[in-house]
Amino acid sequence: MEIPFDFMTLKVIWWGLVGVLLIGFALTDGYDLGVASLLPFVARKDTERRLVINSIGPMWEGHQVWFILGGGAIFAAWPLVYAVSFSGFYIAMFVVLAALILRPVGFKYRSKLESPAWRSRWDWALFIGGAVPALIFGVAVGNAILGVPFKLDDTMRMTYEGGLVMGFIGLLRPFALIAGLLSVSMLVAHGAGWLVIKLEKGIVRDRAALIGSYAALASFVLFAIGGLLLVFNVDGYRIIGDVNANALPNPLRKDVEIVSGAWLANYWRYPWMMVAPILGLAGSLVAFFGLRRKSALGMAGTAAAITGIILSVGASMFPFILPSSLDPQSSLTVWDSSSSHFTLFFMLVMTVIFVPLILFYTAWVYKVLWGRVTTEEATGADGQHAY
Amino acid sequence: MPDLLVADLSRWQFALTAMYHFLFVPLTLGLSMMLVIMEGAYVMTGKEVWKKITKFWATLFGINFVLGVATGITMEFQFGTNWAYYSHYVGDIFGAPLAIEGLMAFFLEATMIGLMFFGWDKLSRLAHWMVTALVALGSNLSALWILIANGWMQHPIGSEFNPETMRMEVTNMMEVLFNPVAQAKFVHTVSAGYVTAAAFVLAVSAWYLLKGRHVGLAKRSIMVASSFGVLSAASVIVLGDESGYIDGENQKFKLAAIEAMWETEEAPAAFTLVGLPDREARETHFAVEIPYVLGIIATRSLDGEVLGINDLVAEARLRIINGVAAYDALQRIRANPDNAAAQEAFAATKADLGHGLLLTRYVEDPRLASEEQISAAADDLVPNVALTFWGFRFMVGIGFLYLAIFAAGFYFMNLKRNIPKWFLRGAVLAAPLPWIAAECGWIVAEVGRQPWIIDGVLPTHLGVSSLSVAQVITTMVGFTVIYGILLFIEMKLMLRAIRLGPKGGPVVPMAGGGGISDAIGIAQPAAPRSELFDK
Repeated sequence: MEIPFDFMTLKVIWWGLVGVLLIGFALTDGYDLGVASLLPFVARKDTERRLVINSIGPMWEGHQVWFILGGGAIFAAWPLVYAVSFSGFYIAMFVVLAALILRPVGFKYRSKLESPAWRSRWDWALFIGGAVPALIFGVAVGNAILGVPFKLDDTMRMTYEGGLVMGFIGLLRPFALIAGLLSVSMLVAHGAGWLVIKLEKGIVRDRAALIGSYAALASFVLFAIGGLLLVFNVDGYRIIGDVNANALPNPLRKDVEIVSGAWLANYWRYPWMMVAPILGLAGSLVAFFGLRRKSALGMAGTAAAITGIILSVGASMFPFILPSSLDPQSSLTVWDSSSSHFTLFFMLVMTVIFVPLILFYTAWVYKVLWGRVTTEEATGADGQHAY
Repeated sequence: MPDLLVADLSRWQFALTAMYHFLFVPLTLGLSMMLVIMEGAYVMTGKEVWKKITKFWATLFGINFVLGVATGITMEFQFGTNWAYYSHYVGDIFGAPLAIEGLMAFFLEATMIGLMFFGWDKLSRLAHWMVTALVALGSNLSALWILIANGWMQHPIGSEFNPETMRMEVTNMMEVLFNPVAQAKFVHTVSAGYVTAAAFVLAVSAWYLLKGRHVGLAKRSIMVASSFGVLSAASVIVLGDESGYIDGENQKFKLAAIEAMWETEEAPAAFTLVGLPDREARETHFAVEIPYVLGIIATRSLDGEVLGINDLVAEARLRIINGVAAYDALQRIRANPDNAAAQEAFAATKADLGHGLLLTRYVEDPRLASEEQISAAADDLVPNVALTFWGFRFMVGIGFLYLAIFAAGFYFMNLKRNIPKWFLRGAVLAAPLPWIAAECGWIVAEVGRQPWIIDGVLPTHLGVSSLSVAQVITTMVGFTVIYGILLFIEMKLMLRAIRLGPKGGPVVPMAGGGGISDAIGIAQPAAPRSELFDK
């Protein structure tokens, strides 16, 4: 069969599609993570907490699939990236999974018993299920920007530096921690934006707007600091010489050097890419003012900020996906870590068929569930609203 | 060369998390379908009783469902965390069905599930039923794609090794998607899920009848469970998974292990009903045999031959020697990609490359293997015979038992219109058996294909990540603790919800005491027809 796109084009398309999936995840499940992180702070009494949980209860499960699908898509389109990152971040991945496991259970089981101790324990479980993944996702991206200590041998077997303890503690480098805090603050602001839209007027909504506005401000500051560090402190990676972008994927067929300022090179070459960081900064500011005024503008701002921030990471690093600090030559790039030409094409066809369908029925469910959540509805005695 | 202990521990972790995951999956698969049937009765008749019944079973469905989701997340990522080399080696093929599962199935199921619980007041009767049906469709499609992925591990067609990228790459995606092994597995596995759910509904309802509680709900539920169950049990037996084993090359070892058949017999082979397989002596003690049956089960014919373990080992030994030649040719190609002689040699032997790699358990470079090591590697191809043999027998035994239970339930409910107490007690006591059968099924399928992670292509010990023993033990203990606590909580909530029974008072008892027309409730008031579409 003749494949209508050349290999290089498909590699770039799939780099973009995984970006779309990650942004889709951050925009949808991101606010569920943010709301769960806000839960203990914006809602103190049980009725308040039920109100907050009911604002995301019916939809979060569908949102989470963006994450699952992101994992599946990386496996199918970037098998080496899937293999190296998940095994390299082994303990961090375990912590994320353990935290995420608490979510489906927490949402469903919390309301099953009346006991305050039972409910309070599940509230903390939901908090962990929101805040911990938000933090670790950011730390992981920060580490990807810095480079990760792994090496590929000539059979493509990957080995890593650091075992049980250092493999995890070693991730907590200052730049990566800033990225982690940025991730938490932007998702918390996004969650607050959702609560402002979805909750009835009252104290919970007011608290969410207040905390959210500070979180939006923190996103602005942390993102700016991260950008400055890229200029003055953090080295980037660069491929030496020309690459054959259409070649069969094999990371060891290239040479890579570590260069100060290399993560900014794309912006000098393609100044239009500056749109991404500008969107990240401007979105955070819009979110700050929007949340202060308790308007839907807040969530529009956080959505723009999240999109801008994730696009900035992609724009800075392209064509790198996961650089290796231990053995730069092993770094995984768009050109040398994808699956085969045909698989990329086949999965593109699947995506083009199913993603519009997903967006269509998700929109329909949103429409059915449209409207603000009220205390009366959330604590109704008829047992309809199960959270 | 990866650490063999890390590989063993990672296998244990995968087995534990997968078997735990599969405590919840069968009930999700089956109960979602039964909800469609029950709510279908509500949509068609408009009788409030059926709405109440649907909502009651949906509550139990929900408690079970979330743990299936929670533990499924671990499965999706465990290939990357613990089986990184495997992920690299076959991700080009194996990743696709996993990603499509998300795109086509899990997204649908997860998006609709919230509406299924929240949407009763927001949707018309028909629209809500459609939402329930989409949840069922999503979960069953999910099983399809996961089993296409698993089926390819058992019978890796449509792909070949690429020396430049050092991995398997797809050559024919249609073969991967329409893999006959995957299709047999899919039908068999979802049918097993339906049996589990029907057995669960039957057991809970039987318990209510014994206690004299919620009689209206219990009788109607038994009606649905026994009809649905008898069809599912028949399907799970007739469309058994072993029909696919004959297609896979190394599945022959599994088939021989299931039968503990050491020597090839003249066709049609006898079926060993029970016995004690002895690996050292290579014979099965105290074997009770039934003539002809195995040959018919395995080959669906009277003249098809089923190979015994000893002959299979001798055959495999030759493939290992051939695999060493493939490995040698591959090394020469990698030293010089333009070496035409090496390419020719590789093309002739590459089907056995995986067999050559089996030797890496003993030597770094398979080309340096001794005769003894080659024999040892050939011997490794025999899976754990006792476990496979007995796992299969428990599974099949339980399958036939449940066929009888559902048939009896159907008979008592529809024809006798009276269910005896001994049957109700038996149904309650038998409740855990379908789960045991399902777990046994996976043990047969997965233990029976060792030492391969991809049949004939990649030995399990090579698929593992380069982790430390401490790392794997940490996560294994972590998962065990979290899963243990959650299982305890789940059982507690499940039993509590069963004790509480349906919300909003008792369900109207059935008028005549049995029969389908009584269950549907011809005599009871129905909601106006107009409410079917409007809300």
